[in-house]
Amino acid sequence: MSTRTRPRAHPDDDSVTYREALREGLREALASDDRVFLMGEDVGRYGGCFGVSLGLLEEFGPDRVRDTPLSESAFVGAGIGAALAGLRPVVEIMTVNFSLLALDQILNNAATLRHMSGGQLGVPLVIRMTTGAGRQLAAQHSHSLEGWYAHIPGLRVLAPATIDDARHVLSAALVDPDPVLLFEHGSLYNAAGILDPSVRSVDLDRAAVRREGTDVTVVAYGGCVSKALEAAEELAGEGISAEVVDLRTLRPLDDATFVGSVRRTHRAVVVDEGWRSGSLSAEIESRICEQAFFELDAPVERVCSAEVPVPYARRLEEAALPQPAGIVAAARRVVS
Amino acid sequence: MATAHGGTPAGTPKTKRPRRARGPTTPSRTPAASHDLDLLRQMLLIRRFEERCVELYSAAAIRGFVHLYIGEEAVAVGVHQALDERDAVVSTYREHGHALARGIPPEAVMAEMYGKSTGCSHGRGGSMHLFDADRRFYGGNAIVGGGLPLAAGLALADRLRGESRVTCCFFGDGAFAEGEFHETANLAALWGLPVLFVCENNLYAMGTALAREHAQTDLAMRAASYGMAAWAVDGMDVHAVERAARGAVESIRAGSGPHFLEMRTYRFRAHSMYDPDRYRPKDEVEEWKRHDPVTGLADGMRTAGLLDAAALEDLEHQAAEEIDDAVRAAEQAPEEPAEDLLLHVTGRHEEAQA
Ligand SMILES: Cc1ncc(C[n+]2csc(CCOP(=O)(O)OP(=O)(O)O)c2C)c(N)n1
Repeated sequence: MSTRTRPRAHPDDDSVTYREALREGLREALASDDRVFLMGEDVGRYGGCFGVSLGLLEEFGPDRVRDTPLSESAFVGAGIGAALAGLRPVVEIMTVNFSLLALDQILNNAATLRHMSGGQLGVPLVIRMTTGAGRQLAAQHSHSLEGWYAHIPGLRVLAPATIDDARHVLSAALVDPDPVLLFEHGSLYNAAGILDPSVRSVDLDRAAVRREGTDVTVVAYGGCVSKALEAAEELAGEGISAEVVDLRTLRPLDDATFVGSVRRTHRAVVVDEGWRSGSLSAEIESRICEQAFFELDAPVERVCSAEVPVPYARRLEEAALPQPAGIVAAARRVVS
Repeated sequence: MATAHGGTPAGTPKTKRPRRARGPTTPSRTPAASHDLDLLRQMLLIRRFEERCVELYSAAAIRGFVHLYIGEEAVAVGVHQALDERDAVVSTYREHGHALARGIPPEAVMAEMYGKSTGCSHGRGGSMHLFDADRRFYGGNAIVGGGLPLAAGLALADRLRGESRVTCCFFGDGAFAEGEFHETANLAALWGLPVLFVCENNLYAMGTALAREHAQTDLAMRAASYGMAAWAVDGMDVHAVERAARGAVESIRAGSGPHFLEMRTYRFRAHSMYDPDRYRPKDEVEEWKRHDPVTGLADGMRTAGLLDAAALEDLEHQAAEEIDDAVRAAEQAPEEPAEDLLLHVTGRHEEAQA
């Protein structure tokens, strides 16, 4: 960690928040490579709408920490152009909901230019955005659309779920020669923990086993990993041993890790905050079936968001989202 | 007053001079007095309603993102003087004032903040997504600029049906930077659509000051470049707003296509309840508070002998009662049962019930 101290959620210990871990990664990237710059709405003077880039403007100046107008298509497209010209832009879009205004640039330019140019042009760009629900922000601020982006060839899609991943994900993303999308779940920013000093990097090609188990594999990512771990804890109390796999990278998927896990446990529950229909969970279930069908002792279960735009009212929002209780129930069904 | 608005005194016509649509210059005292009293009543209600929202938010009775309109009341109330029932309104996430000025009952708005079934969006929307189909209030849009094309479509429908209705679309200076604005302005002007664009220029898009998001900060002039009539208006003066809106609406109804009003205003509070408001100089905020549209109108009326202490107290009392009732009703209202989670996703179910 830097010696520059920032207000901490827990000033009396060494813990850092997910937000601070991301900021530290950004600071490191800006300090170590002058091709890197951060741009987006309110990233500078305001400090980032979720406070991730707080203080970086003062440290690196307005050229490197660049406030943009509300023009998602224009500044994401400009990031693509700057990447084509050899810079390493990190573009922040406040939330995935607003990224749809830049979807054309992301899909039709960032993801496709390398192929359309016959390999002549690469777009080494990182786009960061918030995703997910749970804060009663209603439909237009709550959706989980990272699965859509995971559909697109040419992109790498990441969903850091832990403090360590948040800390180191950016440096790994920046060495990728292609566009990388980084999804930060809104409910994780205040999560705090101690950074593991032995962790120096994130292997973007590998999913991570966050808890070992023998009876059922729970596959999750991003904001649902902690819910899966909570469920696993409860299942352990009932004598069910659940293995929790954190996908970490949503595209390309690391089949080997989750299919390997299912081959050992013979049962699987897939947790996805996206809607079930046409979701990432469908892709994962499908790969499990394609690769380990005869290993399965039960049909794969999925715990997804209800097929409804996320509602505002707390009770309805809770009912719409995957919850630990739902994961526990699904795990019970597959092991029974 | 408006040096912060680029040195141009607010209210200066940027392109064409707005037509004076207010009738005789010396109206008989009584109607003028009661009209002003009504303007004041509406602005006070909005102001006090939102102040109550602050308390309720601190008490965690209402949640989510809440964006207050405090300081900008003259815009909603003034513009609505020019609109009538047949017209449509498209709004943003900062829409409590627009919704109340549109006539959505405070109980329905408050219940929505509480996420209750009696809320105007049945608890699905919250503060940012107020809707009322009967009153032709089309939200409550939290994607910056997202409502603009809808306004063009509503107006297109009116045009195709030969209705002499106007669609009024509220949005901010931040939204003006989005492609959505420019695409819609072009479409509306090209097709001569009956849209009133009301840009609430409060000098900030979240933490970004106007001059740091716009290469050319004269928004009315830029809007005029699309070939529509456009003016800048002192958005802190409800009479100026009303005058400009009446002129524009009359002209739109007469078939002259879209009009644009840049309302020069200011929000006295932070962008949202989450915002620490570190980006605005304190003295700038204080300076603007001296042009408070509510006290400004009240002072003017007092000077003109149209308002005394008792009358003002009456209005305050009325507003407080209305809001108390709304809060009480919201607290007692039922929540939507979780079993109804999947309602209102597609129309089929609703049709089957009907
Ligand atoms: C497309 C999009 N980008 C970003 C945001 C986040 N955001 C919400 S309000 C806001 C500021 C908008 O400012 P302005 O249009 O001037 O309206 P005001 O809030 O001042 O009324 C921003 C950046 C959003 N909701 N939608």
